[in-house]
Formats: sequence, C-alpha cells, structure tokens
Amino acid sequence: MTPSYVSTRNPCKLCAPFGATLAFLGLEGCIPLLHGSQGCSTYIRRYMIGHFREPVDVASSNFHEQAAIFGGKSNLAEAIFNVVKQYQPRVIGIATTCLAETIGDDVGMILRELSSKAGNVDLPALVHASTPSYHGCDAEGYHAAIRAMVDQLAGNQPGADHLALFPGMLSSEDLRYLRDLVEDFELPVIMLSDYADRLDGPTWDTFHRIPKGGTPLEQLYRLGGARTCLELTSIYEPARTGGGLLADRFGVRHVRLPMPIGVKLTDRFTRELEAISGRSLPYRHAAERGRLIDSYVDAHKYVFDKRAVLFGHEDLVVSLSAFLAEVGMIPALIASGGGNAGRLRRAVLSAAPELEGHTRILGGVDFAEIEEAAVQVQADLLIGSSNGYRLSRQLGVPLVRVGLPIHDRLGAARVMHVGYRGTQQLFDRIVNALLEARQDGDPTGYTHM
Amino acid sequence: MNNDMIDILEDRKDQIHRTGAAPYAMDCQKRSLAGSVSQRACVFCGSRVVLYPITDALHLVHGPVGCAAYTWDIRGALSSGPELHRLSFSTDLREKDVIYGGEKKLYAALTELIAEYHPQAAFIYSTCIVGLIGDDVQAVARKVERETGIPVIPVQSEGFRGTKSTGYKAACDALSRLVGTGPTHHLPDHSINIIGEFNLAGEAWILRRYYERMGVHVAATLTGDGRVNDIRSCHGVKLNVVQCSGSMMHIAKWMKDTYGIPFIRASYFGIEDVSRALYDVAEFFGDDTVVERTRDLVRQEVKAILPQLSLWRSALEGRKAAIYTGGAFKAFSLVRSLRTLGVKTVIVGSQTGNQEDYELLRELCDEGTVLIDDTNPLELQKFIRETGADLLIGGVKERPIAHKLGLGFCDHNHERKLPLAGFEGMVHFGREVYASLQSPVWHLTYRSSGPCKEVS
Repeated sequence: MTPSYVSTRNPCKLCAPFGATLAFLGLEGCIPLLHGSQGCSTYIRRYMIGHFREPVDVASSNFHEQAAIFGGKSNLAEAIFNVVKQYQPRVIGIATTCLAETIGDDVGMILRELSSKAGNVDLPALVHASTPSYHGCDAEGYHAAIRAMVDQLAGNQPGADHLALFPGMLSSEDLRYLRDLVEDFELPVIMLSDYADRLDGPTWDTFHRIPKGGTPLEQLYRLGGARTCLELTSIYEPARTGGGLLADRFGVRHVRLPMPIGVKLTDRFTRELEAISGRSLPYRHAAERGRLIDSYVDAHKYVFDKRAVLFGHEDLVVSLSAFLAEVGMIPALIASGGGNAGRLRRAVLSAAPELEGHTRILGGVDFAEIEEAAVQVQADLLIGSSNGYRLSRQLGVPLVRVGLPIHDRLGAARVMHVGYRGTQQLFDRIVNALLEARQDGDPTGYTHM
Repeated sequence: MNNDMIDILEDRKDQIHRTGAAPYAMDCQKRSLAGSVSQRACVFCGSRVVLYPITDALHLVHGPVGCAAYTWDIRGALSSGPELHRLSFSTDLREKDVIYGGEKKLYAALTELIAEYHPQAAFIYSTCIVGLIGDDVQAVARKVERETGIPVIPVQSEGFRGTKSTGYKAACDALSRLVGTGPTHHLPDHSINIIGEFNLAGEAWILRRYYERMGVHVAATLTGDGRVNDIRSCHGVKLNVVQCSGSMMHIAKWMKDTYGIPFIRASYFGIEDVSRALYDVAEFFGDDTVVERTRDLVRQEVKAILPQLSLWRSALEGRKAAIYTGGAFKAFSLVRSLRTLGVKTVIVGSQTGNQEDYELLRELCDEGTVLIDDTNPLELQKFIRETGADLLIGGVKERPIAHKLGLGFCDHNHERKLPLAGFEGMVHFGREVYASLQSPVWHLTYRSSGPCKEVS
C-alpha cells in the first residue's frame, strides 16, 4: 500500500449524477435531465446502455461558456421545453452536475419561476436533486434522488394501506422479485424506484417514446399514507434517505434493513413482512428457503474457508459479506469506492459479527488499492463488478459478476442478488465458479465433481 | 406508417434533409440543442478519443471522478507494448478542492504517478470545473515538466467550452507540443504518418503491413498504438495520410504550415476506399517499384476476398441500412462498403460532419436518402420506421435503438473488437452485416409482422 497517493487510479465508484439518473429512470414516464455539459448525459447513457443493453435517453441542458459564467437558467428552461416537445413525459427528473453546482445555480428557484411563467404550456411534474459529482458516489446520488422525489412529489392522498419499499440500487430482476415477494404477503406495495421493466424490457410491438414501466406518479402522491417504509440500506442514515424524510414529514414508520442477501438477512426481511402483514411466510417462499439451505448443505465443503475479495457499492458488499459468512466462506477483503470506511466497517460487523478479526475492510478505495490489498489475502475468488476482471486475470482466480457495471456479460439486469431466490442463484454461481476453477486446474480432468 | 406524433424540434429542422429534394445547406457544426438528447458527448470526449491510444503516456483527468470512470478502458485501441493508456487516472476532486483549488492535488498526483509509472509524457485533461475554479494548470505542468524531465501537456478540454470538435482541436494542439521535438535522421525516404487512425482491434497493424509490402515506412500512427517518441519525430516524413479527418485534420494542417509536409485524406474501409488510399500514397512517391507492388497487393487481396463477398451479396441484395457515425468521412466508406454487399443506404448522419462532408454525402447517396446531423434517438427511430431500414450501423448508444425496433445492428465505433479496416476488415464487415441481417431471431420479433407502427 502506498497511502501517500492522492490520485484515483481505476475508480471503484461512479459519480453521483449516475445514481440519480438510475433512480429517475424508475419513475413512470420520466426523462432524466442532467444540468451540466452534454458529456455528463452521454457518458452516463453510454455506461448504462453497456450494462442494461436497453435504450436510456437522458437529456442535457448542455452548458456553453456564457452559461458557465452567467448561470444555466436559460439552458435548463430550453432543455425542459425541448424534452416536453419531444417526449411528452409525465415527469422530468433533473440532477445537477459539478458544473451547475460550482457556479451555484439554484435549480429549485429556476423551476419555480419556470412553472409560474409557463402559462398555457403544460409542464410535466419537475423534480430535482442536488448531485455535485465532487461529492459522494453513484449510490449517494441515487439516495439523493429518492429523497428528492419524496420531498417534492410524495403526498398524503388517500389510498390503499400500502407498504413503501425503497430497495436501493439492485438489478431489474431483483426488483421484480421483491415486488412479487411482498405481494405474496398480500401487501400492496409502492416501490421507489422501480426501473425493472424500463431497463429490462421486451422488443417493441409499438413504438415508445419512453419505455414502459416504473413507479407511477399517482403512487408517489399516496406515499405519505404508507403503513411502513422498508428501506434496504445499512449505510445511509435517515437524514440522507427518502425513507428518513417520509418518516419525518408524514410520520410513516421507518424500518431500515440491510439488503436481504443470504438466509439470515432475508429472514430479517421476511419476518418484517410477516409482522406488517400478519401473515406467515407463504409456502412457495418457505420452499425456496428450504431448497437454499439444502444447497448450502450439499455444497458446504466446496465453499468452507474459501477466501473471497468483495467490491462494489457499500450496501451490496455489506450484505454479501454476511451471506458469505453464513456459508463458511471468508470475505478476506471487503472494499468499496464509497466514502465512509467507518460506517462500512460498522455495518459489516453488525450484519456478521463473526467476521471480526477475519477480514480487512477498505472504504473509499480505488482498484489500484484493491489490487494491492488483494494480492496479500490469497483469494480463491472475486465477487464484484466487471471492473474487477483485470484483477481476476492478474490473480488467476474467477470473478463472479454482481452489481453494476456488468458490461462484459449478457443479462446484467437479470443477475439476482436478494431474497432466497436471488441468494440461491448467487450461491450456485459461486460454488460452480469454485468447482470450475478446481476442475480446470486439475491435471486429471475429472468429469464428476 | 404513422409518424405524425414525432415532431422534429423547430431548431433542428435545418439539420435534416433528403437528397433529391430542394437544394439545401446543412446547418451543421453547431452546438447540440439543449434537451434534444444528442448522441454527442462533450469537449473532453473529443480530446480523450484523440489522445487515448498513446500507450506510453500518462493520461490524467483533472476533475471529479466521473469523467475518468466513464472512459476507463472503454476502447478497443490496442498496443504492441505499453498499456498505460488502459488505466484510468483522476485527481478525483472533492468539495474542498472546489473551494480551495485543485492545483496542489494535481501537482501531487502528477509527481506520484510519473514516479510510479514512468510515462514518456503526461497529458492533463481539464474538465468542466477546472475552468471554473481557476486552477493554473499551465503553471503546474511547467513545474512538473522541469522536475521530471518529461513533457507535461495540458489539454484544454473543459466540457462546456464548445462541442466534441472543439475537443479534437484541443487534442491536436496538445500533440503539436510534442511534434518536432525528436530526431528524424533514422526515418527512411519513403516515410509517412497515418493520422486519425486509432488501432481499434489492431487496424493500424493491418495498414502498416500493407504499407510495408508496398515499400513505404509508417513512421508514426497518430495516435493508434502511439508512442511519444514516434510522435516527437513524426515531422520527418514526406507525407501525412489523414484518415479520421474530422478529428485530426488540425494537426495535418499544422504540420503542413510548420514543416511543409503535404497531406492527403484517406479511408481504409471498403475495397474501393482502401485501394484508393494505397494507390494515392504510392502515386505520391512516384516510385515505379512502389506503384507496381501496390498493384500486386490490391490485386491479390481483392481476389482473395471477392468470392466470399459475392456470396453474401447474393443473400443481402436489396436490404436497407441506416448509418450514424461520429465523423462523416467514415460514412462515405460505409455507403460504398454496403453497396459492395448489395445493401442500400437510406439514412446517413454524423455527430460532427461539416458542410463539405454533407455535400459529398448528398452526391454519393441515392435519391431520397435522409441526411441528418447531430441527431437523437427519437429522430433516428422516426426515420428508421419511415424508410424501413433493416440495419443500423453506429456505436454502443445506438445499438438498443435498433434492437428495440427489431432491426440488426453493427458496431462501427471505438469500442469494436473486430478489425474492419483493410481488405480483411471488409470480410469482417461483410460477416457482421450478414449475421445481423440473416439471424433467425428477427422472425420472432414483432417486426416480422411488419415494422412496429403505432406510437404510444
């Protein structure tokens, strides 16, 4: 390790506007708009398309030099009107960038002025989040956007007595599964944000300006009447999340849980659902749980004491650590590009206290640092995004791809992480990666493993 | 087909034309319209794509982490040696740097990275906020240059300072700091530079082999498989051959003004264009041996690939393609290459073409072809549906547009892993087009019962 380095080499994070864009894509009929240079939108689109392989249209206010000096108000207004003309969106989700924040554009004020002057132009709902790229990372931007949606769109309109589920940055298939799981408890659910179908949809029979899917605005207007808000984060405290604000403003009961990966953490999640719904775990989920534990038993010796390097956004690696611990693996190195090493450590040890003394936890690191640390832990496999492929080649150990980005394999949107079902898929992939490495590395060439 | 519901934005109407209709002038080379969802990126992107393939230089992105993160190892620009260009370096500016300035961080980053990676030169890319917080990047660069002894070159690539083309120019300005600082005595008489060639999937190596067979020495490729020392000495050539002219014509013109080196434009995509390029270079040297060797080369290569191309052509005849590229010059070659395969171009556009480019395209294309400058996803979809295109050729951002509408897609952008240049590249291209159009999966998409029609 060379702690004197101040530069970031091969980052293990993306910038905050990326996360905000993702969150806005989960709102039905929403076009995200980045208030900044054209490149911010285009790079983020390109990165998301590489992962999801779906259309991702993100508008830009496209600053020019005058705007950078005198303010981006007219650019933002022009962008909004052009987005309305082209897309007829129900919502425009505006996220700022480093440029807009540095010159100090007050987007809230610009939007209020715009709405009052719009006159007979029918403006869609406008929501804006402050996401300077020099602060935090993609996950932080995601939570800032969710909080902004609660702040500016959530209301107290009467409706069904529902559960508000704030799942965090998960895959499309995760989101679909979580919705099914909650609905199997016969709980009506409002999920924010839900980009499952928008970012993993069919080819089109009819042309779509904005692909289908997402949380409808009407549900946001009723969000304040939720009986409970379940928020899947152990890193972001209520003062920075949508769930925290929902509790403060509407008095909604707020429960924060780690992302449900592994049996123990998923049990915590489903116990909560049992308590809220008054129903016990539905049979098909109990059966999935049973099969998952059965597979743990079948494979326990393949995975026991195997050493893994984990990297990704903080909430994901926290829950993955607890899952690995419960199957007898050692997450020898837990790393994240996210900023708070202290919070990461506390969250990991709270989710899996048995890891104390057996793991090295690094927050706010880049891949150069992860590589330097990884060579010392004798890893058997890596679990993280495609950006770990370099390290996987260097160490000669397999990489099980999770999280984001997965831009060197197909089906990133369908990779599952959470619940009994997601854990099952993850566990099978991990065990098979270890078996494959063992089989390939063995001169005998066993056909039975 | 009902397209009524997609309106072209008023301010974009002069950037879209049909050949054969009334005379027109393309209103191009202007800023992207705010809110139009342009497929372009920014000034930084323009600079980054031009300089990225210099393999033994340090590329330090001065700014918050995003700009560096999104451009980490995203291109297929191969190296025959060092691979420093495939790493991502950022000063990762934070709040306090925005308040107090990023110069100290920039200095520390340069000093440490140069000590660790021993680059032959360092490029510092300024991003948006560097221009705003007023860092004196030049001063830091000069200081580090003095201390380390390697060229440390600022690139004025603040995202908002213009368009992607502005970034090309900034990159060429940065390169001109290197050109002319090295010895040239080692260069043989018949030496050229290939400019605007980025060695995607090893394409520069294919071209280098052709030139070697002709008896012409390639002194430097700017910037594919680039080496700082080759660039420093590249003013010793007799001729510059400019491929991606939109991005790097600046440096060719600068070398003509400064060193009197003439340049020609060339393209290496498709049989006609690659043959023309090689003949042009051979004729420039006016050496009979070189001309003779070139004739042999072209004859052999064309003979080797024609049977396969004809086979594909018989299957593809009559199909229709849409082309959307970064620079317009590549589009000419694509129109011709598609013709070789029996495929007609019905839409062609580019991010950064100029009036002359669009005029040439108008002459080249069949009547009724849609020409578009700096388009966006909705316009592309509208015209794809109107023209009934079967295939879209573009980059990663365009791919899902094609696939959602149920048509084939070929990647002809910087990310590609397949060499498409030269004669062998034409075979790869043919196979790509054939696979994209002939795959049975299209029988399962909605388009098999007619292109998707309604607007929702």
